[in-house]
Amino acid sequence: MAKKKRMKDLTLLERIYLPEIAKGMALTFQNMFRPSFTMEYPEVKFEPPASYRGRPVLALEENGEERCVACGLCSRVCPALAIEVQAAETEREKERYPEKFEINMLRCIFCGFCEEVCPEEAIIMSKDYELAFSNREDAVYGKDKLLTPVSVLKDRIEFLRQYK
Amino acid sequence: MGILEIVIITMVKILIIVTIMLLTVSYLVYFERKISAWTQNRVGPNRVGYAGLLQPFADVFKLLLKEDIVPDVANKPIHTLAPILALIIAFGTYAVIPIGPSINLFGHEIAMVVADVNIGILYVLALTSIGVYAITFSGWSSGSKYSLLGGVRSSAQMISYEISMGFSIAGVLLFAESLRPLDIVASQSGFMWNALIQPIGFVTFVVSAFAETNRLPFDLPEAEPELVGGYHTEYSSMKFAAFFLAEYANMIIASALIVTLYLGGWQIPYIETLGLASWLTISLQVAGFFVKMGALLFFFIWVRWSLPRFRYDQLMNIGWKVMFPLSLINLIWAAILVMLLN
Repeated sequence: MAKKKRMKDLTLLERIYLPEIAKGMALTFQNMFRPSFTMEYPEVKFEPPASYRGRPVLALEENGEERCVACGLCSRVCPALAIEVQAAETEREKERYPEKFEINMLRCIFCGFCEEVCPEEAIIMSKDYELAFSNREDAVYGKDKLLTPVSVLKDRIEFLRQYK
Repeated sequence: MGILEIVIITMVKILIIVTIMLLTVSYLVYFERKISAWTQNRVGPNRVGYAGLLQPFADVFKLLLKEDIVPDVANKPIHTLAPILALIIAFGTYAVIPIGPSINLFGHEIAMVVADVNIGILYVLALTSIGVYAITFSGWSSGSKYSLLGGVRSSAQMISYEISMGFSIAGVLLFAESLRPLDIVASQSGFMWNALIQPIGFVTFVVSAFAETNRLPFDLPEAEPELVGGYHTEYSSMKFAAFFLAEYANMIIASALIVTLYLGGWQIPYIETLGLASWLTISLQVAGFFVKMGALLFFFIWVRWSLPRFRYDQLMNIGWKVMFPLSLINLIWAAILVMLLN
């Protein structure tokens, strides 16, 4: 019986190894002179695209008013139960505002449901990915840390208007 | 020369060689990491000191400060002996390798080799064979199956490759008509480099050297994916560092041996005809030796980051069915050449 031919039999030259080894080595040698892909983190920081879901924040209008009307939808939809909202009333046009708005960053899973469900475009996923804290108390972000001017969030808001 | 003078001169030589070895070993580790980074388009260590140049020292301090763990089931005396043996052998081998021509200092003729032994090459072969024991001991005494497998693999591999290594060297010895490293270097004056005269022997020797030093593509004794860490799985702290150092020291010795046996040692072809001052010639020749050695070390590292590991049966096949016959053919070729040239 004739010897079965494999899908790809090695030629003699390939079986000697050395020419193939030389080819491979030439490739790695070429790579030594290519620029590296490494981003040296603390010095060079990654600028995420608009589709990036970082830390959720509350939008703050230019005139200093917060967009949130404390409807509590985000809190309801949050699968990780990370958001706690307490509403209060004001004399302003929007009538309601969150007296207390806390996101527990130990619980948040960055799913972006809160952002999707928000009727006021008030809670928005920012590009912030540096979220280190050293104890549990610091992990609960209150309004002081959440309120962010709209100008910073422009990218994401445009992205949402286009694709949401 | 009196006994005292000989002792002092030898001590100084040993000191110089050991210093050079330790420095080269530590920076070899650095360059290993750097070159691996370059081939993979990364940056490599660059935090400790300028461009990461102090990284080797940081590594050493880290290892020194670690806890030394010995497994309960280990055979403690042998477990401790193995890394020491590995280091002693790795450093001891370097004694017979000449790094330059003899110089005249304060009326003494000083050869640039620690021990000018008549049977230098035999000594190297003998010591590298003992090197197997270090690995086998560590594998056996650790009381772990991974270590044992690594140790057994290593001894089988080293024994098979020692043969083709020895026969490749035999071809060199035919030309030099001596086992003395200085004579072997002298026999390759001009462009009579053994690498050019007996290319087959050169290739078999280099491949065997890779297998002897347990470097990729023959690093089966420490094949990480299958054997965790191989023979040094159960070692930590300074004992692990000793194995690590020994591996790199072996690499240096292998490349120094290749330079001595095949690449004309410290000789630079036809440098005498340039008519330079003798001190300049000598320092150029010493520099030439280190450049050759450095190029080979780079080659070792470059191969490691290019080639995948051989399977165990492939390794044995190459050792016995390819390297051994090839080295025999080379021996015959060398013998014919010697007959024709004389």
